[in-house]
Amino acid sequence: MKFIVSAIITAALAFGLGLYFPWWTIVFAGMLTGFFIPQHWGLSFLSAFTGVFLLWGLMALFISVSNDHILAKRISMLVVKNSSPYLIILITALIGGLTSGLSASTARSLLNLFKK
Amino acid sequence: MKYFIFLVSLLLNSAFVYVLGSRSVLPLPLGSFLSVQEGVWQNAEPVDADFNASLRFDALKGKVDVFLDDRLVPHVFAEQENDAYFVQGYLHAKFRLWQMEFQTHAAAGRVSEIVGEKAINFDRNQRRMGMVYAAENALAAMENDPQTISAIDAYTAGVNAYISSLKTSDLPIEYKLLGYQPEKWTNLKSALFTKQMTQTLAGYDRDFEFTNALKLLGEENFRILYPSIPDSLYPVIAKGTVYNKPLAVLNPPASADSLYFKRTDTIQFVEDFKPNPSNGSNSWAVCGNKTQSGKPILSNDPHLGLTLPSIWFEIQLRTPAFNAYGVSFPGLPGVVIGFNDSISFGFTNAGRDVKDYYEIQFRNADKQEYWFDSSWKPTTRRLEQIRIKNAKTVEDTVAYSVFGPVMYDKSFKTDLTAEKAYALKWVAHDTSNILKMWLLLNRAGNYSDYLEAIRHFNVPGQNIIFASKSGDIALWQQGSFPLRWNDQGLFVMPGTDSSYMWKGYIPHEENPHAYNPVEGYLSSANQRAADTSYPYFMPGSYEVYRAIAINRKLASMNYITAQDMQLLQNNNYNVFAEDARPILLKYAIKEQLSAVEKKYLSLVESWNLMNDATEKAPTCFTAWWDSLHAEVFNDDLVQDKMPLAKPEKFVLLEALQRDSSFKFIDNINTPDKEDLYQMVTVALKKAAKKLASLEKENKLEWAKYKNTTVYHLLKTNAMAFAREGLMNGGGNGIINASQHDHGPSWRMVVEMTSPTNAYGVYPGGQSGNPGSKFYDNFISHWAKGMYYKLWFMESAAIEGKKCKWKMSFASK
Repeated sequence: MKFIVSAIITAALAFGLGLYFPWWTIVFAGMLTGFFIPQHWGLSFLSAFTGVFLLWGLMALFISVSNDHILAKRISMLVVKNSSPYLIILITALIGGLTSGLSASTARSLLNLFKK
Repeated sequence: MKYFIFLVSLLLNSAFVYVLGSRSVLPLPLGSFLSVQEGVWQNAEPVDADFNASLRFDALKGKVDVFLDDRLVPHVFAEQENDAYFVQGYLHAKFRLWQMEFQTHAAAGRVSEIVGEKAINFDRNQRRMGMVYAAENALAAMENDPQTISAIDAYTAGVNAYISSLKTSDLPIEYKLLGYQPEKWTNLKSALFTKQMTQTLAGYDRDFEFTNALKLLGEENFRILYPSIPDSLYPVIAKGTVYNKPLAVLNPPASADSLYFKRTDTIQFVEDFKPNPSNGSNSWAVCGNKTQSGKPILSNDPHLGLTLPSIWFEIQLRTPAFNAYGVSFPGLPGVVIGFNDSISFGFTNAGRDVKDYYEIQFRNADKQEYWFDSSWKPTTRRLEQIRIKNAKTVEDTVAYSVFGPVMYDKSFKTDLTAEKAYALKWVAHDTSNILKMWLLLNRAGNYSDYLEAIRHFNVPGQNIIFASKSGDIALWQQGSFPLRWNDQGLFVMPGTDSSYMWKGYIPHEENPHAYNPVEGYLSSANQRAADTSYPYFMPGSYEVYRAIAINRKLASMNYITAQDMQLLQNNNYNVFAEDARPILLKYAIKEQLSAVEKKYLSLVESWNLMNDATEKAPTCFTAWWDSLHAEVFNDDLVQDKMPLAKPEKFVLLEALQRDSSFKFIDNINTPDKEDLYQMVTVALKKAAKKLASLEKENKLEWAKYKNTTVYHLLKTNAMAFAREGLMNGGGNGIINASQHDHGPSWRMVVEMTSPTNAYGVYPGGQSGNPGSKFYDNFISHWAKGMYYKLWFMESAAIEGKKCKWKMSFASK
C-alpha cells in the first residue's frame, strides 16, 4: 500500500513540476517521496521509478497513439536507428523512471545515514 | 554499507541527470529531448488535430478569416491588404518557423552559431560573397517604397506575433534537436531570403575554370570544349526573330589581347559551395486557339533542390485589392508562383552570367589599398564576426573594392599570395526591390500591369511567363543583364583598370520577349534565350534538351486540356538519348564484348527512350555515356588543384555527330591513337562493371538507381526526417526533371477559364513539423505524377463553411 501511494505521489509531483519547470526537476519528485515516505531504500527506488515510468510511458503512449506513431517512428529512427515507436516510448519511460527512482533512493539512503 | 549505498545512489543519480541533460556525452540531451512535457513528444500532432482558433493582435486594422482546407492550405480573407501579410507571416511561422530562420541564417553566413565549427568555411564564403551587404542594399530599396515597406513590416510583425506566443515545449523539433532558440524575425531576414534565392539561381559561374581552360588548351580548343551556342539550340524566343540594332556596341579594351585573353598564369584554388547548375525550371503557356476550352493554359515547374520542409507553402490571399492563389516562400509576403482572378504567372531561370571576378592587386597584406587606374586606391573593410557554437567567435575582414567584395584573398584561400586577390562583381549587390514585382503581379489584371510589375525585378534573371483570361500569353526574359563586349566576363578580368568594368545593363526593352506569338505557344526551359541574331553577348549556363522536348510536343498538340499539360510535365522522354544512342550502338565493337556487356548493350538497343521508373535501359545508357564522356575528356582535363569545368554533354554529342574523329578522342597519355570504336567499347566495358555491381544490389532499375530522395534541410544528419527511394522516372535533360535530390519543386497547371481551373502539387506538405501528418503527405502524390485540384475560393460566406477549420484574426 505504501508502495502504491508513494508511486502515485511521485508521479503526481513529477507531473506538476513538468508543467512549469524543466524535465530534470522530476529529481525533486523522487527526493520528496524518498524523504517523507519511510520505506527500504530499494522500495523507495522502485516506487518512484514505477510512478514516473508509468507517468511518462503512458503519456508518451497516449500522445503517440493519437499521432498514429508518426513522430515516434521518426524519433526512434533518429535516436536508435530503428523505426519502433514502442522502443522509443520504453526509452522515454525508463529515463523518467530511473531519474526519479535514483533520486528517491539517494534521498532515502541519505536519511539512513543519520538513523541509529 | 549504508554509506556505500548512498554514495552509489548519489553518484548514479548525478551521472544520469548529467549525461541525459547535456550534449557532452551523448549527441543529444535525451532527458529534455524525450521528456514528455517538454521534449519532442509535444511536437507529436494528433492526427485529428483541431486548427480552429480565435486570435487577437493589436497590429491588425481589420478582421481576417483564415479557412484551412483538408490539405491544410490556408485561404486568407482580409479586410485590409496589410493584414493579409501579417496573417501570412503568422501562418508561415506557425507551420515553417525553423526553416525560415535556418535558411536566412544560411544566407547570412550564421550556420556556425547553430552547428558549430564545421560550418565556418561555409559562413565565411557567404559573408565574403557579400550576402549580408546585398541584403542590406535590397532592404534599403524596400524601405524607399511605401507599398513594399508597409507589406514587409506587416509580414514581419505577423511572424513575430507567432514567435512571441511560443513556449519552450512548443518549439519546432529542430530547435530541440540542435539546442537553440528562435530569435525575432526582421525585415532584413526577408531581404536575406531573396538573396538566398539569388545565390541559388544566379550564383553559378565558371570564370576561374574557363580562365584555366583557356590557358591550358589555347583558344581554339577552348571554343570547341566550351562553345557558347549549341547546334541543337531551341531558343526561348523563336529562331528567325528579327532584333533591333543594339543600342550600344562595346569593344574590348585595347589591352584585352595581352591582359585578358593571353594570361600567363592559372588559378590554383578551388571554390566551394557552388550552386547546383541543375537549378532551373520548365514553363510554358498555350493560347486559346490550341486549347479545348478556348482559354490559355499556363504551366510551370521550378526545379530546385528537393527539401523537407519544402521551399514552398501553398496559400490563397484575398484582400480588397486582389485575390491570388499559388505558392509562397516562407520568409516573404505575397504569392510567388500562381494566379489571380485575371492572370497567371510563372518563372524559369534565365541562367545568364551576372557574376564576374576581377583580379585585384593589393599594395600589401593589410588589404588597405589596391592598384586601380594608375594609383593606390583605399578599400573599405567590413569586419565579419562569425559566432560559433561552443567556440570563440572568428573574425574575418573583407575588403571592398570598386567592383565589390574581395571574396578570395590569402586569408581565405591560402594558396594565394598576399597581394593577389579576386573581387566579385555581382548584380545581386545592386540596390533593388524585387519584392515589389510580386506585390504588383498579385494584383495585375492584364498584360500592361504585368509589364509594369516585372520592371522591378533585376536578379536572379528569370523568364517570366504570363497568361490572362482575356486570352493573352507573353514571356519576358527579365533582369539586369550587364552590357558586355564579346567574351567579357567569360574569364577573370584585370582589376587594375576601369576599362574592364561593366558599362551598364542591356536596356530593359531589349531583353528577349514575346507576346501572343503566331505559333500559339511560348515556353522556356533554361536554354539560351535567343539565337545568334540577338545583338548582345549573353554568356550563361544553359540547358539544351528539355526545351527541344517541350517545343516538339507543344508544336504538335491541339485541343489541349489541363490534363494534357499535367502529362507533359511528367513526360519522361529522353531527347538527348535519341541522338546519343545511335552513336553508342554504331561504334561499339560487339565482337570484343562479354556476354554481360552484350546484355547491357541490348537493353540500350531495345529501349523505348523513356526514362521510366522501372526501366533498366536508362541506367545502362547513362552509365555508358558518362563513361564515354570521362574516357574522352579526363586525359585532357586533369583537375588536381587547378579548377576546370567538365564540358557539357551536348558538347561531346554534337562533336561526335559532326566528326567521328573528334580530336579529343585520342588518349594523350598513350602512344597509340585511339579511335571512336575503341573509346565507345572501352566506355561500355567500364560502365558494365558498375552496372553489374548495381544489378547485384538490385539497383539497375532507373528509379532504384537514382533513388529520388527528399532530404530534410539538415541533409544526412536527419535521415529520419527525409523521404528516400521514391519510385519515379525522369532525370537530367528530361521534362520530368526529377533527379536524385533535385527536381520539380512545384508543379502547376492553370487554365484561364471562369472559374479558373487550376492544379498543383509539391513534394512536401504544408506543415514543417515531422510530427505532423501534413509534413510529407503530398510526396507520394507528386512521385506518381498526380495533382491536387486547387481550390480558388471566391466567397468566404459560402465556401468557407466547406473548409475544415477556421482561424479568426481580429484587432484587440
